[in-house]
Amino acid sequence: MNILKRKDLFWLALVAAAALMPAVSAVASNSFIMHVLILILLYACMSQAWNIIGGYGGQVSFGHSVFFGIGAYGAGMAVVTYGMSPWPGILIGMLAAAVVAVVISYPCFKMLSGHYFAIATFAIVEIFNRVFLVWYWVGGALGLDYPVIEEGLKNMMWYDTKTGYYYCALALFALVFGIVRLLEGHRFGYYLRAVREGQETAESLGVNSTAVKLAAMALSAALAALCGAFFVQYNLRVDPPMVMSLDMSMKFVLVTILGGSGTLAGPLLGAAVLIPLQEYTRALWGGLGGGVDLIVFGLLIIIIVVKQPAGISGIIRDIAKRMGRRPTAAKGGTSYGAA
Amino acid sequence: MDTLLQVLLDGMLNGMLYALVALGLCLIWGVMDVINFAHGEYVMVAMYVSYWLGFLANVDPVISIFAGGAFIFILGALTYKLIIHYTVGKPPLSALLATFGLAMVLKNLCLNRFSPNFRILSDTWLGDRTFQLGNLIVPLPQLFTAALALAVVGLVFFMIRSTRFGWAVQATAMDREAAELMGINTERIYILVFGIGGATVGMAGGIMPTYLAVHPEVGTMFCLIAFICVAMGGFGSIPGTLMAAILVGVVEALSGYYIAPVFKYVAVFGLYLAVVFLRPRGIFGW
Repeated sequence: MNILKRKDLFWLALVAAAALMPAVSAVASNSFIMHVLILILLYACMSQAWNIIGGYGGQVSFGHSVFFGIGAYGAGMAVVTYGMSPWPGILIGMLAAAVVAVVISYPCFKMLSGHYFAIATFAIVEIFNRVFLVWYWVGGALGLDYPVIEEGLKNMMWYDTKTGYYYCALALFALVFGIVRLLEGHRFGYYLRAVREGQETAESLGVNSTAVKLAAMALSAALAALCGAFFVQYNLRVDPPMVMSLDMSMKFVLVTILGGSGTLAGPLLGAAVLIPLQEYTRALWGGLGGGVDLIVFGLLIIIIVVKQPAGISGIIRDIAKRMGRRPTAAKGGTSYGAA
Repeated sequence: MDTLLQVLLDGMLNGMLYALVALGLCLIWGVMDVINFAHGEYVMVAMYVSYWLGFLANVDPVISIFAGGAFIFILGALTYKLIIHYTVGKPPLSALLATFGLAMVLKNLCLNRFSPNFRILSDTWLGDRTFQLGNLIVPLPQLFTAALALAVVGLVFFMIRSTRFGWAVQATAMDREAAELMGINTERIYILVFGIGGATVGMAGGIMPTYLAVHPEVGTMFCLIAFICVAMGGFGSIPGTLMAAILVGVVEALSGYYIAPVFKYVAVFGLYLAVVFLRPRGIFGW
């Protein structure tokens, strides 16, 4: 597990190359390109967090925007309500998200499966959305607007350039993908995949499936909350519909599944294709009465789900097979939504 | 006391509208085990059909229910033929994700063509008419919708229970391969079920512009409510869906009036969680 394999070297090289990106002046001077790069990293991390429980664990949750929102509010309230640095808020947010995830998921895992589980997670998102809308302490429907304070890593805020945000996103990326890479080779990762493939079989071999799923959910929720905290620091504003909505929840799921769920590379592939598509179509057609970017997006979702349910990593695997090479880029399951 | 009765009446009438919206979802879910995420957008499209017929050709929504039903019948059959058909045998949630994509396309197509403005028909036959029943005020459009809903739900229930077509549908729902061996064209059954499911929700959408404003986002909440009604009623059970929908309408009205309007959906979704934790397969499920 500690031996670096060829695949790991590829990932390290990728991170190193990404770290050098701002040195290219054509990239650093164009704030739109920087914005797209930051969003790709952020969405890759969000989807990777979802991938832990949804892809490796096979429990499709549409409730991750709740954890994302809790993380966002943790950072936001630390800065706006209490006038502190966001860092303690981020930690509290991650912890709170993990606790909420365990409390909510325990009865869900025990009682519900398949579509009933999915609909229960929709219901939870709606409940949190409404409660946060009227909860005065967290800012209610008005949300939290960041004041102008000193920039720098202490406040995790930058005004002039996006380079600071870019390196933060890259650190987040290295952290989240590193954790999942470790998980893949660790005993716990094998338990998780065993539970996905056959809960009864795994239990008969002594795996405590509820404990495994709960631990995976807690980890997934804490990482989603971390992404939420970065999101709010980047936007400098948060309100309930921005973070706790079904649309946000669906983004976690869609990016992962379009990239290839249950694989390490899937979330990055999905984000690297979908986010530029979303941002560039918005920039191109956003003015045409609106909606054209989302029409293209929706069509693409339909086509990929219908043609290749293993997502973009499945397409790469097909191409590799046709070229007569052993597939190396994408291994792993595609059985999201195992009942 | 009168207030309570009035709130209960409004809740029940609204609940029957939910039942009509949820009926199509219930059929599709029960027969194919598919969650159709574009269901709310069917409502929205049918509302636009009815609205534009009323606005441009002066057709009253009472007539437009047939146009809405026919339009969504075709849309539903096409959804099956072009999308759902290809997700059979793929991971269980592919149909859900593909129909979510369809929902995005329909919603933004309407947003792009018709703008996000709220539109409502005025001077319709039923309009804002009400009548008194004792101390209760009964709104005529809602009463008509409720009667329509009961009639359609009853008709579909009878059709599934007591006609040859309905038996074929039940057989297909139980075991597709066995049904095929008995000479049932299951592909045709699936298309028809999707079409009929669409037609019922299209009728609901057809009548709604009388008293509800049309806009591209109108379907989202209907879709979630329909999910809740079907899951709470029990896997593909039509009477269960009807009961659950009325319960949802009543709880929504009571909590909206006695607690606060923002909390009505908290109460509805909380009710759903409470029910499925006690009976994981719904009130009428097994």
